[in-house]
Amino acid sequence: MLGRFLDSDVFYSFRRNPLAVGSAIILVCVLIGSVFSPWLAPTNPFDLASLNVMDSFNPPAFMPDGARANLLGTDEQGRDVLSSIMYGTRVSLFVGVLAVAFAITLGVTVGLVAGYLGGFVESMLMRITDVQLSFPSILIALLVDGIARAVLPRELHNSLELYVLIFAIGISGWPQFARTVRGSTMVERNKEYVMAARVIGIGSARIMFSHILPNVLGPVLVIATLSLGQAILAEATLSFLGVGLPPTEPSLGTLIRIGQNFLLSGEWWVTIFPGIALALMVLAINLLGDWLRDALNPRLR
Amino acid sequence: MAEDIVLLADQVSRYFDVSRPWLQRTLAREPKQVLRAVDGVSFRVARGSTLSLVGESGCGKSTVARLAVGLYTPSGGEIRFEGEAISAARAQPDLRRRMNMIFQDPYASLNPRWRVRDIVAEPIRAFKLLSSTADINARVGALLTQVGLAAADGEKFPHEFSGGQRQRISIARALSSEPEFLVCDEPTSALDVSVQAQILNLMKDLQQRLGLTYLFISHNLSVVRHMSDRLGVMYLGRIVEIGPAAEIFANPRHPYTKLLLDAIPDLDMVGRSRTPVGGEVPSPINPPPGCPFHPRCPLANARCKTEKPQVLHLGTVEIACHAAEEGRTTA
Amino acid sequence: MALLDVVDLVVEFPTRRGVLRALDGVSLAIEPGEVLGVVGESGAGKSLTGAAIIGLLEPPGRVAGGQILLNGERIDTKTQEQMRPLRGKQIGAIFQDPLTTLNPLYSIGRQLVETMQTHMKLSDRDARARAIKWLEEVGIPAAAQRIDAYPHQFSGGMRQRVVIALALCAEPKLVIADEPTTALDVSIQAQIITLLKRITREHGTSVMLITHDMGVIAETADRVAVMYAGRVAEIGPVAEVVKHPAHPYTEGLMGSIPSLTHRVDRLRQIDGSMPRLTAIPTGCAFNPRCDKVFDRCRRHRPGLVPSGKTQAACWLYATEAANG
Repeated sequence: MLGRFLDSDVFYSFRRNPLAVGSAIILVCVLIGSVFSPWLAPTNPFDLASLNVMDSFNPPAFMPDGARANLLGTDEQGRDVLSSIMYGTRVSLFVGVLAVAFAITLGVTVGLVAGYLGGFVESMLMRITDVQLSFPSILIALLVDGIARAVLPRELHNSLELYVLIFAIGISGWPQFARTVRGSTMVERNKEYVMAARVIGIGSARIMFSHILPNVLGPVLVIATLSLGQAILAEATLSFLGVGLPPTEPSLGTLIRIGQNFLLSGEWWVTIFPGIALALMVLAINLLGDWLRDALNPRLR
Repeated sequence: MAEDIVLLADQVSRYFDVSRPWLQRTLAREPKQVLRAVDGVSFRVARGSTLSLVGESGCGKSTVARLAVGLYTPSGGEIRFEGEAISAARAQPDLRRRMNMIFQDPYASLNPRWRVRDIVAEPIRAFKLLSSTADINARVGALLTQVGLAAADGEKFPHEFSGGQRQRISIARALSSEPEFLVCDEPTSALDVSVQAQILNLMKDLQQRLGLTYLFISHNLSVVRHMSDRLGVMYLGRIVEIGPAAEIFANPRHPYTKLLLDAIPDLDMVGRSRTPVGGEVPSPINPPPGCPFHPRCPLANARCKTEKPQVLHLGTVEIACHAAEEGRTTA
Repeated sequence: MALLDVVDLVVEFPTRRGVLRALDGVSLAIEPGEVLGVVGESGAGKSLTGAAIIGLLEPPGRVAGGQILLNGERIDTKTQEQMRPLRGKQIGAIFQDPLTTLNPLYSIGRQLVETMQTHMKLSDRDARARAIKWLEEVGIPAAAQRIDAYPHQFSGGMRQRVVIALALCAEPKLVIADEPTTALDVSIQAQIITLLKRITREHGTSVMLITHDMGVIAETADRVAVMYAGRVAEIGPVAEVVKHPAHPYTEGLMGSIPSLTHRVDRLRQIDGSMPRLTAIPTGCAFNPRCDKVFDRCRRHRPGLVPSGKTQAACWLYATEAANG
């Protein structure tokens, strides 16, 4: 299996694209660093016992009066910025991945059903996506979050905030999956292998999910990669605006929001380093997505 | 002798609505546009025989193929399979199992993401013909061997095969439901001639060995001559001439059949030149009134331009042509 | 002297798994006014031969050996810049899909006029008059009115007529027609072939007719080259190749075509399929499928040798020549 992958055209085009290789290396580092942050991070920023206010606002280690222990400095409560970034990236990735997974599930199902069944069902579903696409997605996420705040009791909302955020970002991202999948499905459903299944009486659901779905996943993979970057940014934006994750469970967006209060007073590292981490991660994801789009496009090969 | 009829089509029509969307149509004040892909077609296929339908693109032969297996429902008329209306027949798994289809494009007719083994086994699983995986695999192996592939080929994916081999896989899949009636929609027109010969030979062998009944759709008259017992010539959604293939090839009566036969390049044509008939196939959205062939027909007269010709029995052949009815040989 | 002389042409495609040899020593010649059919199954290299001659090989394909001579002048070494004036003026091209040749944004008249004015000194009025004459000649009804129509306003058959006019309007000596009738229905196909034959005969144009359809070749060509796996298997007068094929592949090919006039129970079949470019057998490329194969075929590649009135790349005839 691995041997076949290493010999495939996709891997060949990957190896010959330095940007893609670089992005992949960065992403792998980010993934390892964030997923295993409880074991890899120098300190645990949530462990209140280990915090010492005396250590607050230590500049990064490479600055003249920086402390060795805090490579990227500390914040106002003495938390190690590098550790905060590692933990924060984990939260950002968690939200991003689950939001995209949710958007894929919803969007792919809608696209398959609309594209395969056609007619009235298709018109209905596609008008809904058109309407949603005419609103900025961040607005939809804000709206969903606002409704959740109004409807849920405060305690419950706080504990569910992470999932509300995932739902809000996911729901704002599904239409582009639905559109793409519908387009590919309309091409696939007229192919003869689908006819062959229909002749022997295979049901619509089975044709959609076991025959057509595997053949429309290529473009989905590309969009999924690119929307992972968007979802992480959306989460950061919401958290930055203060409607996202609370400071007790900080994501990269939350770190940037808190840190920007100290930007003008000289403690720039508290906000700049999380910002760089965010930008680097999203850039790597997007570059990888661009490469994937070209690699899977038979016309460019 | 009563004929044992497997498939019967009685005045079958199939129309398609090809109008623009409602809003645009209403704004532009256009009428609805209907494409009469198949317009009152009747034929019967006897057990163990091959009926071929031949015609140029747009004549409706592929639509007939899809009507025959129930992928389309007729807009008018009736199709009966083993004496039952096609929709009722398709509702019964045991009758549905007895019909299957072979397609034109070997690159589109096999799901590229499925292993050959699963492709061939799908009808077996769908009709629950066998239950254990070991039995199914053994059956798939036997089917692949029957069409001239190796049992081990089941592990591969379609892209690992050539066009001709894929068409063999397609045939193995069609046979896996143990059908008696196969609709073959241009099964060799995407293949090279030497591969075409392999597939045609295979289809004939299988017909003899398994007693299969074929409805064979093609645009290639030489292939049709090789395969058919009976032949129907289609033009603009209608059958203009139908009868025993040998009779039609020896003595074509309809002017369109003659035109088609004259237009085919043949190996015996070295140095000879054809006398092509002018004109092109009109659009089936706006077919000419009267006999649809009259604008290109050398024998057309005033009656042909206004009156639709009815089917006429001339010996063993049925033909829809005023000129043939009146015994005219010139306009 | 032959109008076109292709000598040992080699075309290669570098890929990451090594260099693929798509054409391997193709030699053929076309005399002035002659129609040479090039026939073969898909992947035999027939279209590639045509593309190499007009200098339109898709990159990364490249001519890696041999020569192409037009009127005794080498054209395979010319750059794209140097080839451009030759296309149209010396070599015309007709492809399977008329829409790849016709620009959908320009009227057919404008395309004809531009092509003629690129290669000939003609005033606008003269060029337009000539364009109308050409359209009449290829059988476009009401040419004077339809000259300003756009390609999409014509049917497939009519478009192919326009393409023929476009290929011939600068009066080239040679036309390369690659599957010109494959996309058309049989009755329209007959019209186009008849037109192509008549018009090239009247203008004394040589034609290289590339097709997979032996029937079309049989009624149109003077000589025919049968290609297999990037090589010429047999070349000779069309009647000889069809009636008395020398190469076992040609023989099998002819036998596998169902006939309109006589019905056989089983078609003659050649088992197997043409090898992929990555796995061309050593010796004769046809040897694994050949029923007359012997030891020499597996080890050495045969060149074209005379056999009766045709030439075949087959050791069966080389032995005869050596012995006799």
